[in-house]
Amino acid sequence: MSDLQSQDYVRRSASTMTPPKARSYEDQVAKLIDVSRCIGCKACQSACMEWNNLRQEVGHFEGSYQNPNDLSPDVWTLMRFAEYENEHGNLEWLIRKDGCMHCEDPGCLKACPSPGAIVQYANGIVDFISDKCIGCGYCVKGCPFDIPRISKTDHKSYKCTLCSDRVSVGLEPACVKACPTGAIMFGAKSDMKDWAQERIVDLKSRGFENAGLYDPQAVGGTHVMYVLHHADKPSLYSGLPDKPQISPVVEAWKGIIKPLAVAGVVLAALSGFFHWITAGPNEVTEEDEAEGERVLDEAEKTP
Amino acid sequence: MSRPKTVIIRYTMVNRINHWITAICFVLLTLSGLAMFHPLLFWLSELFGGGQWMRAVHPWIGCLLLLSYIGLIIQFWRENLVRRDDIEWMKEVRYVVVNDEEHVPPVGRNNAGQKFVFWSMTFLIPVLFFTGLVIWEVYFGEATSIPVQRVAVLIHSLAAIAAILVWVVHVYAAIWVRDSVRAMTQGYVTPGWAWRHHRKWLWELASGQHGKTSIRKRP
Repeated sequence: MSDLQSQDYVRRSASTMTPPKARSYEDQVAKLIDVSRCIGCKACQSACMEWNNLRQEVGHFEGSYQNPNDLSPDVWTLMRFAEYENEHGNLEWLIRKDGCMHCEDPGCLKACPSPGAIVQYANGIVDFISDKCIGCGYCVKGCPFDIPRISKTDHKSYKCTLCSDRVSVGLEPACVKACPTGAIMFGAKSDMKDWAQERIVDLKSRGFENAGLYDPQAVGGTHVMYVLHHADKPSLYSGLPDKPQISPVVEAWKGIIKPLAVAGVVLAALSGFFHWITAGPNEVTEEDEAEGERVLDEAEKTP
Repeated sequence: MSRPKTVIIRYTMVNRINHWITAICFVLLTLSGLAMFHPLLFWLSELFGGGQWMRAVHPWIGCLLLLSYIGLIIQFWRENLVRRDDIEWMKEVRYVVVNDEEHVPPVGRNNAGQKFVFWSMTFLIPVLFFTGLVIWEVYFGEATSIPVQRVAVLIHSLAAIAAILVWVVHVYAAIWVRDSVRAMTQGYVTPGWAWRHHRKWLWELASGQHGKTSIRKRP
């Protein structure tokens, strides 16, 4: 959303230039969502709507507390409610705040064809620069978490900005500010990891043996992390991917095929040119014309 | 060089109009497609009024290309059926590339290279069309799952590159074999051109297999 100064960039979509990384001394930030402390009040959802001034159209009751039913160009964060019956036959209500994970190695940025439409700042936040977005939907294919949504109105892609506008002036994201239980924390990524470890020790002491931190390494870690009571089965939490990674199909498309294909086309054109200056054009000779005329004349004479 | 008195109609007006609609679509699709494929070429989007316009217009041109190419298939499929003499021609292709026509077996209306271009595009254009529908975000963004779209975009890119390579061959061959372009702009070739490049076709014409209407006085 916000376009900070270009020297803040560490990654820039569809660019061959090296980002300046002038502010790489900055702390990497992270949001830590402790699902074990979440009460499902949706204050974060409301705060997100309020700060970003977005109002999703009122939908329908779908038999769940989850409302609206999905992320959208106007819904950048969403409480997802899952009912899980554990091995003891007890019900667990697993509530997860869904939204952009701000991957260290963002699949959306890798897939984006428009220079500078997706950027990553030195603090790790991945941001969409809407005026450069062309609405192709490649970010949707690049994302391992199914987050970006394309607007049907202006055909641009939208998602959580991690309140990059607030963070740039030293404020915490709106959802963090609103959370009444401290389930959402924000700060330096290293601090958040330390805090998460304390929480995990506590959860383990209370019988959640598989409690752990969700900071998937296949995408280089994320700048939005979860403390999960069932870190061995993230998919219990409304389909949080167990092993998120940028699809190998996308890696191939945006990796090796891109330069190979362009080189192939250039090579083909050059081959043509060099054939032209060596073998030269294939021209019809006078003899050919005489022979051709003869064939037609002979045909005319024989009835 | 003496100007031949008679010429042979190789492509009718309908052939030519249909071909050039296809050609214009193909060039526009190549420019906009490459802009979305490689960042080095993104500046081509300016030719279409910017990225949003390019993204919006590309699929529509693609639909037009398919319709137009179906027209070409209907008009040209018969003369592109593969025959035994195509294999003979392929065996002597090393003489073809060095312009040594004496060692090239006589061919009919189209040689194996032209048939290759025709059938490659006949395969690739529908592949591009259907994979293109899957990744047409505005109308079909929610019609298929994201993993399906990922595969579709990969196939679309690979098929597009293959089609561009075939197109480079097609364009270069038209420039290289002199007076071929005139056949597709003004519609006619000289008897000498037919003798040199498509001797069997000339014989067929002379024996009246294609009717007398294709031989005209020079315009």
